Amino acid sequence: MRDRLKPDRVSFASGAAVAALGALVLLDSAEVLDVSLWVMAVILAAFGVALLWGGRSRAAAPAAPAPRRLPDTVEAQPSAQRPRFADLYRGVFGVLLVLGAALLFLSSNNVLSGVRDAALTTVVVVVAIGLILAPFLWRLGRSLAAERAERIRSQERSELAAHLHDSVLQTLTLMQKRAGDPREVAALARRQERELRDWLAADGGHAGADTFAAALGSSAEAVEDDHRVVIEVVTVGDCELDAPADAVLGAAREALTNAAKHAAEPGPIRVYAEVQPRSIEVFVRDRGPGFDLTAVPADRRGVRESIVGRMERAGGRAEVRAISGGGTEVALRIARTASTREDGPR
Amino acid sequence: MSGPRTSVVIVDDHALFRAGVRSELEELVDVRADAATVEEAVAAILGEKPDVVLLDVHMPGGGGVEVIRKVAGERPAQRFLGLSVSDAAEDVIALIRAGARGYVTKSISGAELAEAIERVREGDAVFSPRLAGFVLDAFHGEIPEAEVDPELDQLTMREREVLRLIARGYLYKEIGLELSISPKTVEAHVSAVLRKLQLSNRHELGRWAVERRLVD
Repeated sequence: MRDRLKPDRVSFASGAAVAALGALVLLDSAEVLDVSLWVMAVILAAFGVALLWGGRSRAAAPAAPAPRRLPDTVEAQPSAQRPRFADLYRGVFGVLLVLGAALLFLSSNNVLSGVRDAALTTVVVVVAIGLILAPFLWRLGRSLAAERAERIRSQERSELAAHLHDSVLQTLTLMQKRAGDPREVAALARRQERELRDWLAADGGHAGADTFAAALGSSAEAVEDDHRVVIEVVTVGDCELDAPADAVLGAAREALTNAAKHAAEPGPIRVYAEVQPRSIEVFVRDRGPGFDLTAVPADRRGVRESIVGRMERAGGRAEVRAISGGGTEVALRIARTASTREDGPR
Repeated sequence: MSGPRTSVVIVDDHALFRAGVRSELEELVDVRADAATVEEAVAAILGEKPDVVLLDVHMPGGGGVEVIRKVAGERPAQRFLGLSVSDAAEDVIALIRAGARGYVTKSISGAELAEAIERVREGDAVFSPRLAGFVLDAFHGEIPEAEVDPELDQLTMREREVLRLIARGYLYKEIGLELSISPKTVEAHVSAVLRKLQLSNRHELGRWAVERRLVD
């Protein structure tokens, strides 16, 4: 609160000074009162000194108690700035007032006539020097700013170079060494691509894997790395990683691993996930030779257990089916609990 | 395909990529020219008058959107197919809204790309799974009843089904089998979605793009 009053006090003081002086001058010229110049000088000086003292005392006790009473952070930032400006303003004004008072007093005693010439000379010299130095100072400021910008740029460039060296160049070297193994090369390229994308996207503040879509993406990446396959993920909508989402995620990961193991070589494995207000659906599609769940040999019953069983225990459904065009699709569906629905009011 | 081969101009600022696409497509279509900048692209397209332009989303000087804009004056019916590694949904949607008839990612195989080019030449829309996902996302969620232009601002159930199947990686043929409709009907649905995407000023599209920009 005191912060906010500071500038007001300054203007009040200066206003009062001007008003009082104005009144005195008016009364003087109307010959109602005979006010000698030194009285005016004393008034001026008094206000100036008051301002200076006031400013110093407050500057010595910086706005410590002030933030406590401020409503919130919106106010806190400018208030840190304001006292400094107010102090400066008050200080300069106070000095001017006292100087003005001194000059007034001196001129009233006719001491100034001799000084005036010297003062005029000084002023002219100072102005001349200022005019001479101005372009130089201006250029100096410009070149300093340019230099700083250049430094920032080169820093950015070396950061970029360091990153490229650590990631892209290393991968390229590895790829040259493994040139005989296309699958390995593809996997390396894929991993590098992902890393680079993440790095580029990080500028915008990448969300962590704390949502369903992000978690599904990183599951797919993990399977890509483990099995040297390409997985393309498309998600529509998103939600928190609650219990149903977590169940679907686990099953989807199993389905992906399964697809990666059995899918034929060409074409990526496709994942499509859609989060709707009432349900989550995930489809995992590969173009490998289709397999009939009922005809799956016993040792591959893992699919039934880990995907179908997992979904059923969580209250959802899983369906594995062969697509007529070739390949297999695992469809996972689960209802979302009302309390965690993203689209509803929370 | 009978008759003369489809003529194509490739626009991409990466020479390596242009060379790669060219060699993949050389056998399948007639690659007339390639271009690395917006100006080169406009000159090549106006000069060669190709059936289809393969257009990169990201290029210095305004990108694919700028190319479409500059060509539109003289060749309003020019067909464009977006081809990019770009995953930024708002950029892809912008390209489609500027007039491109489809979008595929650079990981597509040569044969698939040639097929997509053929379809674009015939005036059909080409939606990759990713684009289908973007579009579903864009039309996701409810908007106030009063603001809905039913013609443009909403997808029909069928259109949603088709888009979902595309996103799941189904080919048109497979979608037709799945929904018991002909592939031609599937194409009609996709073209209808493309039209809605280009003409709708559903504020959801804008809001969604802004949200994406903030999140991504």
